[in-house]
This record gives sequence, C-alpha cells and structure tokens, in this order.
Amino acid sequence: MTTTRETAARPVDVPSIAAAPDETAWRRRHLLDLDDFTPEEVGLVLTTTAAMKEVLAREVPRVPALRGTTIVTLFYENSTRTRSSFELAGKVLGADVINVAASSSSVTKGESLIDTVRTLQAIGADVIVMRHSRSGAPYLAARHTTAAVVNAGDGLHAHPTQALLDLYTMRARLGDVRGRRIVIVGDVLHSRVARSNMWLLTALGAELVVCAPPTLLPRGLGDAPGDRLPPVRVETDLDVAIRDADVVMALRMQNERMQGGFVPGVREYSRRYQVNEERLARARPGAIVMHPGPMNEGVEISHEVAHGLRSQVEEQVANGVAVRMAVLWLTTRVAGGSAA
Amino acid sequence: MTEPIIIRGGRVVDPARRFDATADVLVEDGHVTGVRDGIAADGAHEIDARSLIVAPGFVDVHTHLRDPGLEYKEDIGSGTRAAARGGFTTVCAMPNTQPAMDTRATVEYVLRKAAAEALVRVLPIGAVSRERAGTALVEYGDLAEAGCIAFSDDGAPVADATLMRRALEYASAFVRPIIDHCEDPVLAHDAVMHEGWVSTRLGLRGAPAAAEATMVERDIALAEATGGHVHIAHVSTRAGVDAVRRGKARGVRVTAEVTPHHLTLTDEVVAFGAAGGEALLYETNAKVNPPLRSPNDVEACIEGLADGTIDCVATDHAPHAVIEKLCEFDDAAFGISGLETAFGLCMRLVHDGRLDLATLIERMTAGPVRALGLDRVAPGIGTLMDGGPADIVLLDPERRWTVDPQRFASKGTNTPLGGIELRGAVLATIAGGVVVYAQEAARV
Repeated sequence: MTTTRETAARPVDVPSIAAAPDETAWRRRHLLDLDDFTPEEVGLVLTTTAAMKEVLAREVPRVPALRGTTIVTLFYENSTRTRSSFELAGKVLGADVINVAASSSSVTKGESLIDTVRTLQAIGADVIVMRHSRSGAPYLAARHTTAAVVNAGDGLHAHPTQALLDLYTMRARLGDVRGRRIVIVGDVLHSRVARSNMWLLTALGAELVVCAPPTLLPRGLGDAPGDRLPPVRVETDLDVAIRDADVVMALRMQNERMQGGFVPGVREYSRRYQVNEERLARARPGAIVMHPGPMNEGVEISHEVAHGLRSQVEEQVANGVAVRMAVLWLTTRVAGGSAA
Repeated sequence: MTEPIIIRGGRVVDPARRFDATADVLVEDGHVTGVRDGIAADGAHEIDARSLIVAPGFVDVHTHLRDPGLEYKEDIGSGTRAAARGGFTTVCAMPNTQPAMDTRATVEYVLRKAAAEALVRVLPIGAVSRERAGTALVEYGDLAEAGCIAFSDDGAPVADATLMRRALEYASAFVRPIIDHCEDPVLAHDAVMHEGWVSTRLGLRGAPAAAEATMVERDIALAEATGGHVHIAHVSTRAGVDAVRRGKARGVRVTAEVTPHHLTLTDEVVAFGAAGGEALLYETNAKVNPPLRSPNDVEACIEGLADGTIDCVATDHAPHAVIEKLCEFDDAAFGISGLETAFGLCMRLVHDGRLDLATLIERMTAGPVRALGLDRVAPGIGTLMDGGPADIVLLDPERRWTVDPQRFASKGTNTPLGGIELRGAVLATIAGGVVVYAQEAARV
C-alpha cells in the first residue's frame, strides 16, 4: 500500500500510470474485433490492464492520463453494465465522457449512423464507444469518422473488450492460457461474446471447445477454409465437453430462443446444458466458471455455481473497468487524442 | 428510314443458326438483310469489326427498370441506356414497380414510355398476383394481350402453393411461363446473406441453400402436375441446379436462368470484397437476393450453364440509390446493378476455360429467347437472320477495362465490382438498326 500512496502523491499533471507499457507496439486506430490480433498486441493490452488495475487500487483512483479527451458512448442497444464500465474507465483516466443513448429505430426515423457519427466528431469526440444491434455497424462508423471507434458489441459479431476482460480474468487465476481447455457452452449461434473469445483464446494457443445444441451452433465452425474461422472443437454433449476443462464459460440463454423454436424449452435445455456442480465434477479440480452476464440462474448456470468458489463473475465485472481503461488509453495514443 | 450500315470483317457468332465465321453484316431499314462474306454496300455506313466478335444483341429476361414509381433508383431511359452499354438490345422488365405491373394500364404506361425513351426493346413481365401480394391472380389474358411475355412476383416468391398451381394452369392458356423467385420465406426469414462460414464470421443471419432448393422442387412438381411452364429465376445453389436438371430429364416444362454474379462471386465477397483481402468490409454492394453462395454452389451454376440445364444468363439488374447501400448491412437494400458488367464478368468463365465463347453468347441470346418463348412476341430476336431485327453487339473478348460505377449509365452504382478489372468488353450496340452505344475505341 505504501507504493500506492507514493504514486497517488505525485503531482496531478503527470500522467502516472505505473509501468506504462511501450504503446508504440499499438498501431490500431480502432478496436473493432480481435480476429487479427497478434499475441504481442494482446500482451500489450494485458500489461496495460495490469497498470490500470494498479490505478484502480489507489486511495483516489484517478489519473489525468486522458484529461482533455472526449469520449462518447453511443449505445443503440441498452446495456447498463458495459456502458457504465466504459464510462467509469474514461472518468478514472480524466476524460470527459458523454453518454448518448440512441435507439436502433432512430435509423429508420431519419438520422443515419454515418450522420450521427459525423455529428459526434464535429462536437469534438476523440473516441466513440459504440454498441449496436447490427453486426458490422462499427465498421461502417469507423470508415466515416476521424475519431477512434471502440466496438462495445455489434449484433452477433464481436464484443472485443468482453473477450479481453475474460482473458485477463482467466490469466489472473490460471496463468498462461496456452494448452488450457476452455469450454464455451450455450447459445453460440447468437453470441458475439463467444465469437470474440474464440478468436482471442485460440490465437493464444488455448484448446477451445464450443458446446451447444446443434440448433444453436453457427455454420462452418470446423470446416472453414484456412484460418478464416478460429480452430475450435465442436461438441453437442456438455458432459463430454466439460471433461478436463480448465475454464467453463456459460452463455446467456435468452427466452426468445426458446420461443423461436431453437430448443424445446427451459426444462430440456437446463437438464442438458446447465453448468452445475454435478457436471463440474468432470472438469479439472481447479477449474473456474465464467459468465458474461446477465445470468439466468437455474437455466444455463445453477445458483450454487454462479455464487460458488469457482465463479469469476464478479472478477469479470471488476476487470472490465481496467481492460476498458487500457483500451481507451491505447486507442487514443494512435488516434491523436488531445491527451498528454 | 435509317442509314444502311455494313459491319465489315468481324467474326460473326450466331448460335441460333450455328453460324460462326468471318462475315459482313448488312443492316437496312432496321433489319438484317445479309450475313455473308464480301457484301457490296455502296453508301452504307461502314463499321470496321475486324478482330471483333459480331453477335446478336443480348437478351435479358430479368431486369428491374424501377419505372413507374421508383424512378429515383432507375427509369426506363437510364435503364435502357445501361442495357445498351451492356450489349443488351432486349430487356424484360420485372413488375415490382409502384404500382406493380398488375393491370393493363400500368403495362401500357411502360410500353408507351419505352416507345418514347427506351434505347432498346422493353418487354414487360406482368405480376403473378394482384399488388404482388400473393393472394389473387391478375388478369393474365388482358396482360398477355397488352404485351406481357411472362408473369412473376419477383422479389418475393409465390409462397402459396395453391396460388402457384393456379397460376401455372391459368397462364398456360396464354402460353406464358410463370417466373418464380424460389426461396422459402420461412427458412430464409430475416436472412441477409448465404448461411455458411462467412455468415458465421460476420455475425450476419444466413439463408440456407435449402431455402431455394425446397421451392424449386415444389415448383417443378407443380409444373409437372399442371403441364404449365415454370421458369426458375436466378438459380444459385447446387441443389437448385440439380432439381432443374432432374425435372428436365423427366420432361417437365421447366427452364432456368443464372446471374453473372452467381456464376463468378462467392459469399466471401460480402466479407472481404471482390478484390479479396483480410479486412472485413460488410460489403453492402454484395448484398443480393438470392445471396452470393459458396464456391461449391458457384461451381454447380457454371456446370449447369455449360451443360444446358440452365438455359440462360439473366442479370437481375437491381439498381438502388446510394443511400440504400450506404448503411448498416442489415438495413441495406438487396440487389446489384448488373447490366453494364454482365458480359465482362461472364467472360471470366471463358478466359478460365470453363465455357466457350459461343456457348456464352448462346446463353445470352438464343437461350433466353427459347426459354421464355420470346420469338412469339418479338420474332427474330436473339439471332442474325435475314429480315430479323438489326439487334447486334460488337464484342472485344480480350479488351481489359476497370469497372467505374460512377461512369455507369444506370442510376444504380451498386456493384461490388468497382475498381475491379474485367477482360472482355462491349464495344458497340446496335438496336433496331441504330447505333445506341459505341465506345471511343470502336471503329464505328
């Protein structure tokens, strides 16, 4: 704690991020997806995140690293946790954060995404953190603005900061993920969290098993040409998939999937795909359980597991702020934000 | 009276007459009056076609002219200028206009406007159902009299099997085919592209290939049961091609078309663009219905076109305004502006040794005429015979050019081929004896 006090006692105009990593290794203007991340870039995010964790542990968790930088959270979909996580991340770093809640239907009501993004740029946004129900929307935004675009979840496509915080959380408990068996179970078809995690974890050498009823598995996993999809193993039986797992990540099962006829109902789904103590007995002894939230306890995860010793759910949320600080810090280096 | 034209020294390829030789073509008063070597034609306007292909003007059985009602996307003037640039001298206008072409009044409007403004022949296609709503038949007799060469609710499938049965039965009295856009609307619900690894990569909702195949099979069964003629629009899947092949083998009156893009582009273009690459593009200009499919499906379409299972190439020219493509992928309109790139794109198959040039020309001339029985309405089109209409195209199969959508005659710049080099160009187009398009390079 002595270290923390000393750091906090520095003059406030010095951007004091302990062990600030060499951000010259970061060349990305935007953070849209993790499908082309190198292990070196991932390492940079992780070491930066660790530095941010240190900031968050201070008595007064504030640094002026992004003072003068304007961050806009532009959310076309509701998400209290992701939006507030980014908002707090920006505020800890001293940025001005503006929250814009736009509904998807406003697109059809008139103003296009491109117009909105250009308007935000015109009022001085350096970073636009964007959540959208349409896959690929952040790519469109990024092509039409000089601001940095950070994808906070687009449709069924990607949720890069969630995958990065998941990785950080895994490493905090297990160390290097290389060779670790990680099982993602649930509605993979509709999950951007699963897609981003597949790219990130396989790039780092993890052994990834994807488990879902066949109706909730996306097409082409396992038979795409070359490296056009991440190399994962597909398994429809959770009791088989969970064997010797180091990490079990349960995905949220939405009610609309039941109504949409993807699975017969909650009863059958929870019997066959719920992560519970009985099934976890087949996993490795120190296996951890994760969930991107919000959880449907009793459906994809049992109450006991959700709140048990293996659960990392709260750590995931806490690490989310540090990861987002790291991402905001790194992207503003390249985007030429007005930060020091 | 138009000035006589003599087209000198080209390789004349007229598949309908199995003619493929160097010859001169004489055009007088809007008609072909001679195809042979060494025609004496004093005073005729000379066109030097040496080293070029001279072929019948192309016939497109699937063109969206958007007129009436959607003139901001295209109108009869701009659409037929685009046709002329693409080498097409006949286009069949799809009825998904506003209002739909489901009454004689609308058909007559189109024909009247075409007579005044069109550079090439426009043959209207009537709707299958009133307002294309898929419930009640339109007046096929009246519309056939007015000039409709077929009926289609294209853009939407005829989902109701009973309506499709009645349409096939009733239209047969007027010897008109029903053109169906085959796609099970439930299986393809909310889909914006082909279902496969690319849709997984992009997180976009995909339509399975089976959504096409199930309806092709249904339509063939109904055609077989009724004796009616079904024409399958824009076949795009291996299973669809196979179904047509089996139907034809059984003697069912089924014909089919395929688009240039389904012969040459795959669903990867949606992700990475026509030039390829690693970065995700979410290329809205490659959003089209039916969607661009897998390499295996493309292969089947090429095989089907080569062996005659698929009767013809049709563009499914679907122009849209810029703003309808400059948006999120899910919200973008379906369609490719295809008239002006059709020949150059299809020439890839010839240059790759998959199709010979004469066969390609057949599938763009005699093939479509035979498939839909167009010679009943417009005798002599799709071939170069004495007394037939002087609809002629001059082609340079080797000429390389780069697609620049800003230079399209079509109002629709929506093509995924912008910046792509094609090998094979239309140098000049003559429609009804009039030069309606000529490149600077043409010696016209």
